[in-house]
Amino acid sequence: MPERNAPGRDAVDTVLAFARTLRHAGVPASPDRVEAMLTALAHLRVLEPSDVYWAGRLTLCGGPDDLDRYDVAFAAFFSGERPRVPRATATVPPRLAASAPLDAGAGEGDDDVDVPDLAARASADEVLRHRDVAGLTPAEREHLRRLFALLVPAAPMRPARRRRPAARGAVHPGRTVRRALRDGGEITRLVHRRARPRPRRVVLLVDVSGSMTPYADALLRFAHAAVRSRPTSTEVFTVGTRLTRLTRELRRRDADRALEAGGRAIPDWSGGTRLGEVLKAFLDRWGQRGTARGAVVVVCSDGWERGDAALLGEQMARLRRLAHAVVWVNPHKGREGYEPLTGGMQAALPSVDHFVAGHSMAAFERLSEVLTRA
Amino acid sequence: MLPGVTDRTVQPPGSPAALAAALEGTGYLPDEGLATAAYLALAMHRPLFLEGEAGVGKTALAHALAEITGRPLHRLQCYEGLEASQALYDWDFGRQLLHLRAAEAAHADADTESLEASLYDRRFLLARPLLRALEDSPSVLLVDEVDRADDEFEAFLLEILSDFTISIPELGTIRAQTPPLVVLTSNRTREVHDALKRRCLYHWLAHPDFDREVAILRRRLPDVTDGLARQVARATATLRTLDLLKPPGIAEAMDWATALHTLGARELDPDVAARTLGAVLKYREDTERVQALGTEALVGA
Repeated sequence: MPERNAPGRDAVDTVLAFARTLRHAGVPASPDRVEAMLTALAHLRVLEPSDVYWAGRLTLCGGPDDLDRYDVAFAAFFSGERPRVPRATATVPPRLAASAPLDAGAGEGDDDVDVPDLAARASADEVLRHRDVAGLTPAEREHLRRLFALLVPAAPMRPARRRRPAARGAVHPGRTVRRALRDGGEITRLVHRRARPRPRRVVLLVDVSGSMTPYADALLRFAHAAVRSRPTSTEVFTVGTRLTRLTRELRRRDADRALEAGGRAIPDWSGGTRLGEVLKAFLDRWGQRGTARGAVVVVCSDGWERGDAALLGEQMARLRRLAHAVVWVNPHKGREGYEPLTGGMQAALPSVDHFVAGHSMAAFERLSEVLTRA
Repeated sequence: MLPGVTDRTVQPPGSPAALAAALEGTGYLPDEGLATAAYLALAMHRPLFLEGEAGVGKTALAHALAEITGRPLHRLQCYEGLEASQALYDWDFGRQLLHLRAAEAAHADADTESLEASLYDRRFLLARPLLRALEDSPSVLLVDEVDRADDEFEAFLLEILSDFTISIPELGTIRAQTPPLVVLTSNRTREVHDALKRRCLYHWLAHPDFDREVAILRRRLPDVTDGLARQVARATATLRTLDLLKPPGIAEAMDWATALHTLGARELDPDVAARTLGAVLKYREDTERVQALGTEALVGA
């Protein structure tokens, strides 16, 4: 155990160093959690490996996703090896800029920043809104990036059970009587309450496989805008060869920082697509528990399925039964003469409520509208 | 004090192992991690946040802990729309009005201040589970399925779980003499806010391994033979590997064993397994899948 391996090293130092390792491994071990671990250790045997393991696991982890990372970090740290946990920079898979076109012009795209002619600028915006994001120059991408910052996707609403004071609605006995007591026991006025609608959960499943590379960045920017506008009722996952939850990364305020963090978290950028399998993983681990229940689920993919299209159809049907509405965003739908002929698309369409395009800024605004009304 | 609860001065176990032994005495068989978690929750006065599949024994743990500590259990079942008046306290408005009318009729010129004070007397306060748990100290407070309540409700919990006090404007602050042992459970239908989780010890409850499952079945269902318990545990473990929509938990395994026992089955054969599948599988797709594979696959091996 730590103290035995490194005599003289204070337990506090060891725990702090371990927490640092853990943070590199992606578990947000905040200082108050570390303090809780030290308190927990004080109640246990500090030289007993299993006690140290549980003291840390119970206090530093906050969800099932953290547990695997914790196990790896614990094994690496306390076996005396250098932590095998890769450093944050080393894990960056293909740099976001390489696979994410909207980012490419960050440096050289600044030449049109101070264009004074507002009219010309406005019409340029208008043209850009309808352009396919796959074929933009770096400068145009930079410009579009700013347009994305202005996008505030509205949330669909659902009826709620919780009732609040209101001018009309059912009588609120508690408030009515409290008022009566104030007025000497006379009920002079009825006070009402009613349920106010609450935002419905929106779940975005963004395909980041090779065939979607030109659109992935734009879709993730849309996802970021959605998460920023409704942080508690929006969930974002990326699908490719595996499922990655991106909600936490996309909660950062700055879009570029959020996407960079997202890029680090996604292990399967520009890889293959196994939509059916990954959708199944989503439904098993998240969807059926409640994430998809009553939610508006948006699948952003071109429907190029490398696996079994029948499995995709089956899982889409399952998703349809759980979700309030299923929206499929296909960037190719914006092209003229597009027919949904790919096997995956054919299998999925029977379970889709709204089939929309997702290739330009205008298409994303349209998607926003569809979401509001879904 | 609640009826039936006589001795609350039971010394809490001095180590996780002692706690595990005490829990086993009540018929709840915890693994090392869960025993450590429960021990720390008692020692550190920190709420225990339990997540896991449905039917792995999250709620049962709270009952077992109440039993071994000799404390009364107060349970708050969460649901959407849960409000402070159902979770914390409420005033008994009807009785307050009656009291006011009675006071008017009896002595109309009583001094108003004492009348006002008597209106907001403790006897007109209806204690709901959270307040009851604090007043009835020391106690075990079970906040069940906290993920079902909406996020506004978490704010109430946050305040109570951080200092174990409830402030009632008309009465003052109510504080627990001994902080209650709080167990929060979640089925993870939504992510509970980090601020709440940070105040808790977090434990993920997994399905028990084969030996523990057999032991639990034997312990909970003493009438079921050892052979049948083993067969049910093995078949349940097989079902969990089948990638079903709802893998059976220990609760389903117990239901299944009870169903088999009720039918008088001495052992699990394909025919009786097929007839009782409804006790362990709760989705049509799952049942069809297992039937397609053949119940022989469950019984054999």
